[in-house]
Amino acid sequence: MEKPFNNRAWFMVLPVFIIVAFSAILPLMTVVNYSVQDTFGNNQFFWNGIGWFKELLDLSSELGGRFIDAMFRNFLFSFLILLIEIPLGIAVALAMPRQGWAVSVSLVLLALPLLIPWNVVGTIWQVFGRTDIGLLGWGLTSLGIDYNYVSGVLAAWITIIIMDVWHWTSLVVLLCYAGLRSIPDAFYQAARIDGASRWAIFCAIQLPKMSRVLVIAVLLRFMDSFMIYTEPFVVTGGGPGNATTFISIDLVKIALGQFDLGKAAALSLVYNLIILTVCWVFYTVMTHYESKDGRARP
Amino acid sequence: MRGSRFVLVSYIVFLLLPIYWLVNMSLKTNTEITGPLTLFPHELTFDNYIKIFTDSSWYMGYVHAVQYVVINTVISVTLALPAAYAFSRYRFVGDKHLFFWLLTNRMAPAAVFALPFFNLYQAVGLFDTVWAVALAHCLFNVPLAVWILEGFISGVPHEIDETAQIDGYSFPHYFVKIFIPLIGNGIGVAAFFCFMFSWVELLLARTLTAVEAKPISAIMTRTVSAAGMDWGLLAAAGVLTIVPGAIVIYFVRNYIAKGFALGRV
Repeated sequence: MEKPFNNRAWFMVLPVFIIVAFSAILPLMTVVNYSVQDTFGNNQFFWNGIGWFKELLDLSSELGGRFIDAMFRNFLFSFLILLIEIPLGIAVALAMPRQGWAVSVSLVLLALPLLIPWNVVGTIWQVFGRTDIGLLGWGLTSLGIDYNYVSGVLAAWITIIIMDVWHWTSLVVLLCYAGLRSIPDAFYQAARIDGASRWAIFCAIQLPKMSRVLVIAVLLRFMDSFMIYTEPFVVTGGGPGNATTFISIDLVKIALGQFDLGKAAALSLVYNLIILTVCWVFYTVMTHYESKDGRARP
Repeated sequence: MRGSRFVLVSYIVFLLLPIYWLVNMSLKTNTEITGPLTLFPHELTFDNYIKIFTDSSWYMGYVHAVQYVVINTVISVTLALPAAYAFSRYRFVGDKHLFFWLLTNRMAPAAVFALPFFNLYQAVGLFDTVWAVALAHCLFNVPLAVWILEGFISGVPHEIDETAQIDGYSFPHYFVKIFIPLIGNGIGVAAFFCFMFSWVELLLARTLTAVEAKPISAIMTRTVSAAGMDWGLLAAAGVLTIVPGAIVIYFVRNYIAKGFALGRV
């Protein structure tokens, strides 16, 4: 049934609108304000127009170079973790038990990393990867592998990618598991009568049924990995050199470290715009899926 | 089926190994940690935990964190309920845009908001209180709660609304007495995810607190001192931050899959 049109519904949305606007619009106004000004300290600001944005998007300048490098690292990181987490998540979800106590145990254990504060996740891996006191680092070193995430770029990248896989694959697993659970048994029985292979069942029944949750999984994992801050910051501090400095880390460095408010603000706005664009694309795809399901969504 | 069990078990071992290592370290003395690697504590000690539970500058960190998480969860779910109802039941001017705008805030990077929040909460005099953190976390938790609850509310047939109206229930009475119990599961799931995202966030919580309301995850960084790292204490503090999450998961384990089943989180 079509939903009735009623503008009084705004009154019910108003509290949410006010609190989110207070937390989102007011601070963003500050950011916009900073982004067009320059300061020599002492709270004296003067107009700088779009100077910061020009510098940010000019790849030959120091700021622009930093930005494009950090952005490249962000995209590379998101791409790599999606490449690992999505297939791994599907595989683990398919391996989940169907019933009995094992379901509860697996769910609790799987969800555990999701509820660990992000800097504790960083700490866990920082310790785990250390060659002197960590099991992973010690194990790899005694196997004769040259592994040191403090000095080696490759080792640092591998560490933060494994950390992210450890931290977030469970989310993909839980989403896929929920998608799989919604498949009626009749589908499997029909497949068995047809003599379908395991692979055919996966391609023809399970994957299409999971497609909607998979879009959500990709969206969430992309977004959260794109704004990742705490975990790599705790593990590598953005190093070695700038090898694991993502946009967020750079942004906090510029804003709270150097107090270069103008630069930081311009960077924030561009960063936000990128996220907004990607979010919009995914949202459009998602609502498209949902309307295909015949479920009307706002 | 043996292959799938192997996948599951090895994945869970991969998940638990780093956590085991943290627990293992928290039960060791610092001399043993920095000495030759041992797979389990040879000199079992609970000193690290005792220190945290007896030193108020440590255990107050947990109190602060729990305070702002609870305040945030209550605010988020309470405000989100009517809004989710409105999104689910009515069309109104700008509804689609508003919904999308709310969602974008769930995706906004905390790093962008750290500095402006610092200015904002200092200006309104809430800086260094649990309220500042609770309100700041509303930025992503309120949209999330609206999103989850909207899914659950859409699952309740609107005939129930109409029947109640015919039976003479006023709207607020109906909403509180009949509707809220109907979507109890949904409220539980929404509260769980609000708890989760507020509990794990650090950047804003650290930026908005200085002394009075510092959460445990920010206090942990203190273990670096002139005498070197106090690894055992750091590990014990880390283990204790995992415990509340584990307890919450245990209680909602049967709802997690259901909440995800809506594909909303």
